[in-house]
Amino acid sequence: MTEDRILLSLRDLRKWYSIRKGIFGKTVYVKALDGVSFDLRRGEAISLVGESGCGKTTLGRTILGLEEPTSGKIIFDGREIVNSDKKLMKWYRRQTGFVQQDPFGALPPFMTVKRILEEPMIINKVDKRERRERIYKALTEVRLTPVEDFLNKYPHMLSGGQQQRVVIARAMILNPKLIIADEPVSMLDASVRIEILTLLKKLQKLHDISIIYITHDLSTTRYFSEWIFVMYAGKIVEKAPVKELLKNPLHPYSKALLAAIPDPDARNRFIIRELPPGEPPSLIDPPKGCRFHPRCVHKIKGLCDEKEPPEIEYERDHLVSCWLYARER
Amino acid sequence: MSFLKVEDLYLYYRTRMGTLQAVDGVSFSMKKAESLALIGESGCGKSSLAKCLMRLLPRNVELFKGHIYLDGLDLMELNDEEFRKTIRWQRISMVPQAALNSLNPVVKVGEQVAEPLLIHKSVDKKEALEKVRELFSLVGIPQAFMDRYPFELSGGMRQRVIIAMALIMNPEIVILDEPTSALDVLIQASIMNMLKRIKRESNLTFILITHDVSISSELADKVAVMYGGQIVELNDAESFYKSPLHPYSQKLMASVPSLREDKQPEYIPGAPVSLINPPKGCRFADRCPFRIEECSEEPPLVSLKDGNYVRCWLYAR
Repeated sequence: MTEDRILLSLRDLRKWYSIRKGIFGKTVYVKALDGVSFDLRRGEAISLVGESGCGKTTLGRTILGLEEPTSGKIIFDGREIVNSDKKLMKWYRRQTGFVQQDPFGALPPFMTVKRILEEPMIINKVDKRERRERIYKALTEVRLTPVEDFLNKYPHMLSGGQQQRVVIARAMILNPKLIIADEPVSMLDASVRIEILTLLKKLQKLHDISIIYITHDLSTTRYFSEWIFVMYAGKIVEKAPVKELLKNPLHPYSKALLAAIPDPDARNRFIIRELPPGEPPSLIDPPKGCRFHPRCVHKIKGLCDEKEPPEIEYERDHLVSCWLYARER
Repeated sequence: MSFLKVEDLYLYYRTRMGTLQAVDGVSFSMKKAESLALIGESGCGKSSLAKCLMRLLPRNVELFKGHIYLDGLDLMELNDEEFRKTIRWQRISMVPQAALNSLNPVVKVGEQVAEPLLIHKSVDKKEALEKVRELFSLVGIPQAFMDRYPFELSGGMRQRVIIAMALIMNPEIVILDEPTSALDVLIQASIMNMLKRIKRESNLTFILITHDVSISSELADKVAVMYGGQIVELNDAESFYKSPLHPYSQKLMASVPSLREDKQPEYIPGAPVSLINPPKGCRFADRCPFRIEECSEEPPLVSLKDGNYVRCWLYAR
């Protein structure tokens, strides 16, 4: 894989939110993102998996430029995005699309589908004839057909799955190169989920788009992305190709996540699953060393609770931040 | 002898668009200490069925009839006052859907859970709190949390408090309506672990309502699949998860993405049937890949062993 296939690079990205404790108290920080680095290639999809509060949504919003990072670099298509000028930002916003969790909340209730899809093109000065063409094309691609039936509908007249298709059509309308989908299906019914994810996958292949798919549901990642990155308490703890991670998870946290998800099987009801004790740490004062060490059964005393684990290349493309796999400690 | 037996239960709502047939001729029976999973897509009538069992009905009920036998007693014969005093929360209780934020924010959780005991049973506060303490250790809440307020608790802990509330009156049947759907996977698994332990150690009868087929297998001895207000398949867990019979059950199963097997999940084409003026005949016929001529007529209940059944013409020969 050559370097020019890389679309997006993050380098040591941090996002700390400041909060003040008490009137005279000193400012403390919620370290929602604490040193995230990765590369995303063109036309590939990454699933970003983790529990609520691990920073995955903050990561998505920071990449989109909706949050200003505290430090670190975002390089998109060879251009530095953080602290760039307005013109570059406007270009960048055209290159990225966003699909949120709650489709109804994402669509303005007083606009028709046509108007919703037209809005970004008006802002970006696409001429009227082309606007019409693109709306038809986008709605056909998300399979809201016949298009005429949907153009003049308001969001509340559509089902949850149809609303999410409109959100996807809007995200695609400016032909972006990167889509960030933050829990795009968690509010939908199980059978509709697969339909929407299949659609996203198809559009990804058709237009050679890169997707960052943010989810807490490991079971859907297998079919809709090439990579899984596991996040815990503001850091990515493991990165691997999907099948590799599902077959051979390395980080104790990834292992726990996988073990917690049942496949439908009548024997499940007799099994008490082994789970890590406790809950994810506070991001204000995260544990020293490895952030998972207080819950980890394999922790090495004097190491895991003292020194932060390095990112170790276990195999080609399979990276893990855990002392268990370090050759030198 | 069945412990809970529901026979020909109907619940219709009056709406501006017409009569909505939320529960349409539902029958099933359960043994004591057995767990039933009620699965299906949103709007298939699962939660309405729970409302019938708890008799927590909205105002726009048009029709509510049938029989619900609890240990031989027909609950439909009781008037509302008798039902409230002797059945609801005392013998049948419920963990409602999305209840995480329904706790009273200004009352300590220990006291909130103890409240029904103080009102309904003649126990003093000390005794009631003692009972809550026992219950908290059963559902896995640290003792120190007794004196905390809901906002000091995580989502998982609040869900445990709500489960404790459902258990406080020593009910015989507990209905769990999507008890883990808003929770993270690890917390979900630990709540399921807790429910499995309770199931093993007591003789509680659980009814688990969920749209997640994988989660249903965590508790179910028996599975009822609902579609369009009707149970289309009632089957033992062993047979159901291995080879579901009704075409809808098969499609539902095929839509489950598997973590461990390499099979592409499929989606069910079309939209769920409307419960207002549903079509004559089989309600799944429009989406069914095995549709035959007979399907335009009401399908028969084809009996399987142990009182189980499947509502489908394909098995009617």
